[in-house]
Amino acid sequence: MSADVMPITENKNTKKAKAVDTPWKTAFRRFTRNKLAVIGFIMIVFMFILCFLGPVFSPHNLFDYSLKNKNLAPNSMYWLGTDKLGRDILLRMMLAGRISLLVGFVATFIAVMIGATLGALAGFYGKIIDTIIMRVADIFMALPLLPILIILGAVLSDLKVDPSSRIYYLMVIIGVLNWTTLARLVRGQILTLREQEFMQATEALGLKDGRKIFKHLLPNTIPVIIVTATLSVAGAILTESALSFLGVGVVPPTPSWGNMISAANNLIDFRKRPWLWIPPGMCILITSVAINLIGDGLRDALDPKTKK
Amino acid sequence: MVKDLVEFRNLETHFHTTAGTVKAVDNVSFTIREGETLCVVGESGCGKSVTAMSLMQLIESPPGKIVGGEILFEGRDLLKLSKRDMSKIRGNEISMIFQEPMSSLNPVLTIGHQISEPLMLHMLLDRKAAKKRAIELITLVGISRPDKIFDSYPHELSGGMRQRIMIAIALSCDPKLLIADEPTTALDVTIQAQILDLMRDIKQKLNTSIMLITHDLGVVAEMADYVVVMYAGKVIEEAPVLELFQDPQHPYTKGLLKAKPIINQKQERLYSIPGQVPNPIDLEDNCHFHDRCEFCMDICKVKQPPFRTHGKDNHKSACWLYEEEREVL
Amino acid sequence: MKQYIIRRLLQMIPTLIGISIIIFAISAMVPGDYITARANPNMSIEKQEQLRAIYGLDKPDYQRYFIWAGNMLKGNFGDSMQHKQPVTTVINTYVWNSFIMGIFALFFSWFIAMITGIFSAKFQYSFFDKVVTLLVFICMSLPSFFIGLLLIKFLALDLKLFPVGGMSTSGLNATGWTYFTDVLKHSFLPIMVLTMLSTGSLTRYFRTSMLEVIRQDYIRTARAKGLKERTVIFKHAFRNAMIPAITLLGFELPGLFGGAMILEQIFAWPGIGHIYLNSISMRDYPFMLGFTIFLAMLTLVGNLLADVLYGIADPRIRLK
Repeated sequence: MSADVMPITENKNTKKAKAVDTPWKTAFRRFTRNKLAVIGFIMIVFMFILCFLGPVFSPHNLFDYSLKNKNLAPNSMYWLGTDKLGRDILLRMMLAGRISLLVGFVATFIAVMIGATLGALAGFYGKIIDTIIMRVADIFMALPLLPILIILGAVLSDLKVDPSSRIYYLMVIIGVLNWTTLARLVRGQILTLREQEFMQATEALGLKDGRKIFKHLLPNTIPVIIVTATLSVAGAILTESALSFLGVGVVPPTPSWGNMISAANNLIDFRKRPWLWIPPGMCILITSVAINLIGDGLRDALDPKTKK
Repeated sequence: MVKDLVEFRNLETHFHTTAGTVKAVDNVSFTIREGETLCVVGESGCGKSVTAMSLMQLIESPPGKIVGGEILFEGRDLLKLSKRDMSKIRGNEISMIFQEPMSSLNPVLTIGHQISEPLMLHMLLDRKAAKKRAIELITLVGISRPDKIFDSYPHELSGGMRQRIMIAIALSCDPKLLIADEPTTALDVTIQAQILDLMRDIKQKLNTSIMLITHDLGVVAEMADYVVVMYAGKVIEEAPVLELFQDPQHPYTKGLLKAKPIINQKQERLYSIPGQVPNPIDLEDNCHFHDRCEFCMDICKVKQPPFRTHGKDNHKSACWLYEEEREVL
Repeated sequence: MKQYIIRRLLQMIPTLIGISIIIFAISAMVPGDYITARANPNMSIEKQEQLRAIYGLDKPDYQRYFIWAGNMLKGNFGDSMQHKQPVTTVINTYVWNSFIMGIFALFFSWFIAMITGIFSAKFQYSFFDKVVTLLVFICMSLPSFFIGLLLIKFLALDLKLFPVGGMSTSGLNATGWTYFTDVLKHSFLPIMVLTMLSTGSLTRYFRTSMLEVIRQDYIRTARAKGLKERTVIFKHAFRNAMIPAITLLGFELPGLFGGAMILEQIFAWPGIGHIYLNSISMRDYPFMLGFTIFLAMLTLVGNLLADVLYGIADPRIRLK
């Protein structure tokens, strides 16, 4: 593009400046114009409604063990069939979704908290604090993630952790091992922000460091945080499901999409009763596609650098 | 009689943006004659580069599109040529150098490779002959140790050297027209003078026509035979260089000339034209300069002035000040 | 360059120490050990203690760390308890099966990603580009094990197009061409899934990289020279777009040798990842520790390789 048309965009912005919305409104408008992102958003809303409201309307009960009804193929009574204990697959799948979504979101929340804080500290203080935090980040980045998670999952099993509290451990573990990407991004942003004039103003005002970091610097990195966090929710859900599939994540009787799929480890179930494992697999796929679409839409909407 | 080399006839190049249509080049007509240096002058955003890119047919599409007019090159309408035929003209009969010598050369290919490329493509030279010619060209643009430069990468050269290399590439196939889009803007002042000297030299040696795009009237005074002044996508004045400097007609041209610092003359303050270039989206059908013009009249706000001669045959402008019609309104 | 590599290698040391401490600490948290995991109910307590003493499992954790770390410095990763062989031997035995899968998947995914990335960038916003974008998202979001299972179920079990798992038909004992085609058939599905998994993000990468490059001034110059569009895209643009991508090649290193754990498990592929998953249920510490460290080292070397490759590819850095 020739340099000559550049001022066109500048001009447009200045002219419209009077009627301009807040950056968030602009971002929202840009997001809603992205068809794929909106589809992703609808998909994820649907998954949430299905998992969190669906069970309320289910005529079945997880504790309906009726061997008479075991291993039924999908039918009008049991839309997705039943498992070997006669439990309704649809109901289990919806409840499993609660767990999987919860683990995904909470684990990401933990990762964001650690990553943003450490990244901000490293970027703000620099020098020795920066070196230490970034060194630790290097170590975490070089850790082979899946093997470590599997070992930790095995440790949880050996420590005889109660299956219902196991999901909390899992959230923490996945969260703690995923903070590095965000920490690096936030640090980078803080480093550039710190040099800008408004920070000199806070200096002149004599604000405390904590206030400078959390009130003035971190809020400016929120776009980056939102985008990275969204994308890593998908990662966390995939990780959880893989671990649960291998039997070292969420373990029965707590249902999760991953451990429902481990029904496929039984050759007969795998072959003859695909309704046991295909629906939860599709749920994982849909959720993770949806989140990735949203994340990408958010990146385009919030991060002007990648705007084309 | 000097022959016409390029003739723009009512060229219209528009950019379609989400905010509206930008008529970057709006009904532009002018002629470049053989062996002549024509300067296109105007502020950034006035459409001078887009005019040149339209001639090369390198308008990025979308969003840009040539929607009307003709560009005659030696009598042929370039806009009607196939992509293939056009690429035979580009870099061969018409070549172009750009404002940013630092980024205009491919960083991963050697200088030699980049000069040889058009030679092998258009002149059908083999690798060896191309190298020989490339080294001649490097020497021609005034760089010593051409053999060494041939094997260098762009990052090893200074900005001035890179612009010389760009000129060498542009001259490689003996073009009839060399388009130079702000070739010196990004360079230091001393280097600017050298590059301009080089271009003048080359014009004399090879009798190449030059279309020089600039916003610097100093460059115009030094280089031009003929000047075209553009404002907001339109040609508002054109004349031979001396005529234009001695008797500018359009208030914008007058403003430009006033804004130029004159050496050895004491001035209170450097003049600058008040206001800004108008927002180019969906411009109204009036004189686009009216809100910055000190002679603005009522008619200027509602109607476009015609572009024509006012008394002198070789001097055209578009301004209501010189029209009889204004009396009527 | 040499100095740079040496400096980088030295910088790796503290990182490696940190990694080894973390990995060791995690495995030290495990209650029970190899002896309890395999304990024969009839084995007497005394016998168990004897065995622990033999394997050095009775010592305090920090001592065991130093012994283990010291041995590793000498290149001794310990002996796998399950395989009764040095860990390095076990790795060497199985890693090549993983490598076969990895190298093919690498080749295919790069090839597909380059081609689609280039065209999708060249025809940005076209129908093709939109389809590619959607496929990229799906590939990026695939749960590997689920896709693997789906393909086994429909293509291998139901349609019987491919063998269900393993690397070769058991009991076939074929050699030469027959063996080769047998392995080829077995490897088709796992390689396909592995390729799909990495093609998504790679395509995206190439597309973004190309989009950035085709906006550059030197591409305009190339066009102004009258070069054919093909030359402009494949020579002038692609070479530049490849430079940042070459870095990614270094990051592929751990994937090549580390094995695709879950896929190897599902396809019963006798690779190192499969062995690793088994070793965990057997509580084969030396192997678990050794292999995890091996992976971490691969990651670090991969990072270094990435930087070195970048330097080689980019003439602007090459000289320094």
